[in-house]
Amino acid sequence: MFSPEVLSNLIIFVPTIVAFFLIFTDKAAVEFMRVCTLVGTAITFALTVALLGTYTPGDGGIQQVVAKEWISSWNIYYRIGYDGISLTLVVLTGFVFLVSMLASWGIEKHVKGYLILFLVLETGVMGVFFALDFFLFYVFWEVMLLPMYFLIGIWGGPRREYAAIKFFLYTLFGGVLMLIAMLMYFFESASMTGNGIGSFNLLDLAKWAAQGNVFSPGLQVAGFILLFIGFAIKVPTFPFHTWLPDAHVEAPTPISMILAGVLLKLGGYGIIRVAYPLCPYGAQYASYALVAIGVVSIVYGAFAALAQTDFKRMVAYSSVSHMGYVLVGIAVWKISEVTGAAEGRDYWLMGMSGAMFQMIAHGVSSPGMFFCVGVIYDRVHHRDLNQFGGLTGLMPRYSGMAAVIFFAGLGLPGLCGFIGEVFVVLSAWNYSKTLAIVSASGVILTAGYILWALQRVYLGPEYKGPHPEAITPMNSREQAIGWALIVPCFALGVYPNFVFDYTDKPMAKLVRSLDDGYQNTPKPHSELQTTQK
Amino acid sequence: MNDIGSLVVHMLDETTKTSVRLFAPELVLSGTIVVMLLCRILPVVWRVPTQWIALLGAFSAFGLALCQFSQLMPPDPTTPPILHPTPIFTGLLMFDQFGTFFRMLLSLFLILTITLTVLTGIPDREDAPDFYTLLLGATIGLMIMASANHLLMLFLGVEMTSVPSYAMVGFLKGRKQSSEAALKYVVYGAGAAGVMLYGISLLAGLTGTGSMPEMAERLAMIVGQGAGIGDPTVRTIVLASLMVMVGLAFKLSVFPFHFWCPDAFEGAAAEVAGFLSVASKAGAFALLVRFGLAFSGHSKEVSSIAFALGIGLGVLGAATATFGNLSAYGQSNMKRLLAYSTIAHAGYMLMSVSALMVLRFSKHANPEAVAEANAASLSCIEGLIYYLFVYLFMNLGAFAIVALIRNQIFSEELDDYNGLGTQCPVLCFGMTICVFSLIGLPPMGGFFAKFAIFYSVFKATSVHWVMWFVLGAGAINTVFSLFYYIRILKAMYVKPRPEGARKVNYDLMPVGLFVLMICLPVLGLGLFPARFTETFNHVASVLLTGR
Repeated sequence: MFSPEVLSNLIIFVPTIVAFFLIFTDKAAVEFMRVCTLVGTAITFALTVALLGTYTPGDGGIQQVVAKEWISSWNIYYRIGYDGISLTLVVLTGFVFLVSMLASWGIEKHVKGYLILFLVLETGVMGVFFALDFFLFYVFWEVMLLPMYFLIGIWGGPRREYAAIKFFLYTLFGGVLMLIAMLMYFFESASMTGNGIGSFNLLDLAKWAAQGNVFSPGLQVAGFILLFIGFAIKVPTFPFHTWLPDAHVEAPTPISMILAGVLLKLGGYGIIRVAYPLCPYGAQYASYALVAIGVVSIVYGAFAALAQTDFKRMVAYSSVSHMGYVLVGIAVWKISEVTGAAEGRDYWLMGMSGAMFQMIAHGVSSPGMFFCVGVIYDRVHHRDLNQFGGLTGLMPRYSGMAAVIFFAGLGLPGLCGFIGEVFVVLSAWNYSKTLAIVSASGVILTAGYILWALQRVYLGPEYKGPHPEAITPMNSREQAIGWALIVPCFALGVYPNFVFDYTDKPMAKLVRSLDDGYQNTPKPHSELQTTQK
Repeated sequence: MNDIGSLVVHMLDETTKTSVRLFAPELVLSGTIVVMLLCRILPVVWRVPTQWIALLGAFSAFGLALCQFSQLMPPDPTTPPILHPTPIFTGLLMFDQFGTFFRMLLSLFLILTITLTVLTGIPDREDAPDFYTLLLGATIGLMIMASANHLLMLFLGVEMTSVPSYAMVGFLKGRKQSSEAALKYVVYGAGAAGVMLYGISLLAGLTGTGSMPEMAERLAMIVGQGAGIGDPTVRTIVLASLMVMVGLAFKLSVFPFHFWCPDAFEGAAAEVAGFLSVASKAGAFALLVRFGLAFSGHSKEVSSIAFALGIGLGVLGAATATFGNLSAYGQSNMKRLLAYSTIAHAGYMLMSVSALMVLRFSKHANPEAVAEANAASLSCIEGLIYYLFVYLFMNLGAFAIVALIRNQIFSEELDDYNGLGTQCPVLCFGMTICVFSLIGLPPMGGFFAKFAIFYSVFKATSVHWVMWFVLGAGAINTVFSLFYYIRILKAMYVKPRPEGARKVNYDLMPVGLFVLMICLPVLGLGLFPARFTETFNHVASVLLTGR
């Protein structure tokens, strides 16, 4: 019906168009506006699926690039396009927003404002996944901040002001670092563009980085540190994670679902799409630190989750732990000290694929967990793990759904959480046996806090907490959301190729070009290597 | 005798045939002032509301400036320009793209300010002629600052702006605060002007001329080869330039000459504060750039003086931004808060002037590096102009909304803004756009402006390491500033409206339209900067290279 270029533009801007339409609707027509937004997000999701349908990996490169001149004197383009890596995340985004919209039905305060911000947020996220111009990427990245601040700040829980400003500050700080890195690359690329002005084209910058002689090792290391901190705040990894529990706990349920399901993926995506390709030398240089940070995140997040008594906070820390696997998977890039060549590059590729799969899987299971918390919180208005119990008898269907979703988060074989964790831990073994063992122990800790939480909330003889009278079975809207989240949990767990079919080739290409970039960059202590060659 | 006769004839010729014609916008404003004062005397004309006369005058000045600008730089690049840059009034003023652009900007700003005063009704009927006379007079002074080509005009412009400003700050007669603010402003202003005048006389005495284009050449003649800071002449030059900059820094409210700013803004009406914060910055920055570029020459010694001044300005800019942002955090009065934000923004803009001087006056090894530095200094001026252009809209927007809200709730305290978001959505939406732009978040114009300035500072880092510190300060300050800007939004949207608070209702049409008229450009400048950057680039390149 539409060409892929048109489709990708539509995916970015349909939510904004709907939001614009909502501005002119009457404030009282609440139900109408909700339906409009639902239709808008549904159309967007349908478009993402349609786009996925037209996609064939080819050689794994970026496809269907649309480039329109935006600010010519700065060489800034409106340049969008996609490959399997961004496209799977785009579909995930469409899905999570649709499901969250269903979960937003319970929002009663200033509905119009909420829906408009919700839709603007979707445009921001989609834009980041499609952007291939660093400047455009940055613009979309920051555009997300505005709606997110208000969504947490106005519709959040009791400490919402604190949580919202903390989220805003952390992300803005990361954004400023990214801005400086962006300027560095823009400045350094001036010699390559031909007209003396630098470039923001992520594809070109990555290509030049792969040539190795354009960006000096010092620049790559400095740039990587700046970019990594910027993205690590979003992921979030230890020690930049402290905004996350606050933001998650205070945000309303649908916004928590989006935060966990999509916004955290932006950090991982940024590392894969921007930080690594632009600074292969810097990434390799820092690889041990990265893997270590990832492993610490896994274990630290798991321990922190074990210690929580607030149900939602526990789920929030589980996100820190799970996203740690993503970082480990991306970072296990081993260089032989003797030959200087990559050692076990296929393991690294496997780690990368595992990280990618983990992002998608976590994007399904984590919103599911937040949804489960939200369902019970809406009824009894507390989240104290020690005051739950016996819900299985009162809400059997809900408890069943929650069990499946939490097991998916735990990484039970056959469900979506398993594949990513296994791939990552296996590939980490090649990198460093110690770190692999530590990260594998994270799996056990995960099982610990999830099973313990399940036991405290759902099992037991009877519910003794406040508001027992309010516990009613799920309504049909909630059931629909539950089913919508459970189906992909099973589908991805049983047939992981739903993701790998799209991401394998782009990942292989990425790994190849990163390796080239590292090998081609003249090393600061290059005497050793030149003699060996 | 014959020689003097021909000289006089030539001067008259130049004045009447070119200079007066090119000075038309200022003349129109002066004429408007005369008409407004006459109106008061003649009872028949007194019925005509003064603000309409002022508005008409401002529109004509804007139209003339726009006309001149389009003749200097035709919209269609293929047609040759009708006017060319030329010094006028025997070299006292410079007529060029840079100056004309600022005159255009200032008269546009004048239109917006007068419209705002019409909407808020701040000068009543009796006071209107006085108020608009002061406003127009200050604008003429600023226009002269923007095109000053001579140290004398530099001083004249600054004073002609300052004196009406003092009166405007104290315009709310009978308010103790207002009079106090005006007095503080006068005392500081007089001090700064005195120091500046001393600097000017030192420079003029050393060089034997007040003409800025000749300054570098003359300085090169009196500074010996290889003279360093130990040389008394060099020391006097540095001292004199610093003194001139003190006067400008006062106008810019740069740390440590900023103390008048919060008090004056708090005491003055928000409309006046908005005018002072934007217009006097635009004029003073134009002047600072012209003064800085007056050191351009082939002499290595003069260049190194200017280079050192540039580094100093960078440090000053970093200090100003940091100080402004940190002080703003504790404020509870909106006008005071915005005053400190103004100081911080002066700091950011000063960074770009510093980058300009550092890049332009650094020692270059080869012609290639010279060309590169010239291109880089071009982008500094481009960034500065862009920043000022966006700043005009975003800062005026913020002050205008403060004034409009004041008319409804009779308060300028931040706490009284609680929960306004649901009661006057258009004003609060406008404030949100302005605040996000002031923070520097995309897609607002403030982001692109800040981006351009950071880039020019980044380029300057390759010349001198201090610029890394300046860049870092700029980046960190962006994060700092979030703290207090977000308080405004938090009050409006997150906090609930207190019980029993006065209900705010707005007749949407004129006010809402005005707010949108100011806020949409802020958004537009962020989304579609291309056309503007090209124009500004051209303006900058004419200023730097004459082409």
